Amino acid sequence: MAVGSGLFARHGKAIKEGIRDGIPIGAGYFVVAFSLGIVARNAGLSPWEGFVASFLNNASAGEYAGFTLMAANASYLELAVVTFIANARYLLMSTALSQRFSPKTSILHRVLVGFDVTDELFGIAIARPGPIDPFYSYGAFIPALLGWSVGTALGIAMGNVLPARAVSALSVALYGMFLAIIIPPARQNRVVLGCVAVSFVASLVFSVAPFVATLSPGTRTIILTVAISSIVALVFPVSDEELMHEQQGDENAA
Amino acid sequence: MQHSTLMYIAVMSAVTLSVKILPLALIRKPIKSRFIRSFLYYVPYVTLAVMTFPAIVQATNVPVAGAIALVIGIAAAWFGASLFQVAAICCALVFVVELFVS
Repeated sequence: MAVGSGLFARHGKAIKEGIRDGIPIGAGYFVVAFSLGIVARNAGLSPWEGFVASFLNNASAGEYAGFTLMAANASYLELAVVTFIANARYLLMSTALSQRFSPKTSILHRVLVGFDVTDELFGIAIARPGPIDPFYSYGAFIPALLGWSVGTALGIAMGNVLPARAVSALSVALYGMFLAIIIPPARQNRVVLGCVAVSFVASLVFSVAPFVATLSPGTRTIILTVAISSIVALVFPVSDEELMHEQQGDENAA
Repeated sequence: MQHSTLMYIAVMSAVTLSVKILPLALIRKPIKSRFIRSFLYYVPYVTLAVMTFPAIVQATNVPVAGAIALVIGIAAAWFGASLFQVAAICCALVFVVELFVS
């Protein structure tokens, strides 16, 4: 086991930190996945099938859309297209991550880190100073994948055992995590703060405006992300200094 | 036509994993364009903000509970609460508010 122990000696700290940061994510995932399991149950999935689907996809909006289509006996092509649209934001996140890898990191690590790109796991990986440490991500994957896959399986197996009040309270856990990821950088950078504010307002408008409100939430997210990020990038291009600062890390960052 | 559940899962997983893995595996060089670099810098903040609001208000049984969780959650994150603390504060607030409102 010389290889294994050597690996842990070199990467144990990163793995531990990843597990630590992944635990609240996994807990939040568990709850959301539990309610997702109820949708999967309607689509006729067994707990085991739900576990596999969630382990391989780990995507809330994508799986929700997918299970709904399965329940409606949709075609494979339709399922593929909707899954692509619902998950297209991960193309952007995966591209953003590709820019933060050290050129020395092997393709195997790139593939493995890509395997579990989610909003939250992307958020904590990108928020860490310096180049991406794959082992930090692997650590975070453990509780996240467990919470998500087991939650889905249990949701299918047990259906509605949690009281509605508890489900309602737990349903905001993921949004709380999103806020914890976007607000601290917004406090330090006026442009990011403006981005967040404009995104809130535009997202609200898109959820009620005629026509666009009928688009799926995943599609609205893509349109708004591409539009707002492009405009802000044109008007407030990030200087090389800021990007260097981001890549080298900020000593004061918590 | 009847579809197989396993085939459904295979199709869905193949698409999701391609979307997540291919850019990371294929884009090996630093992107030179300042626009694209700036674009990618802003993407995570915009995406997460768009997904948070107004969804947080629609996720709870009582919209006011979600709105309060949003405002206090932002304040908590602003003043340095951790990922787990912000999530826990939001959940607790929704639970308490819904005790009184619904």
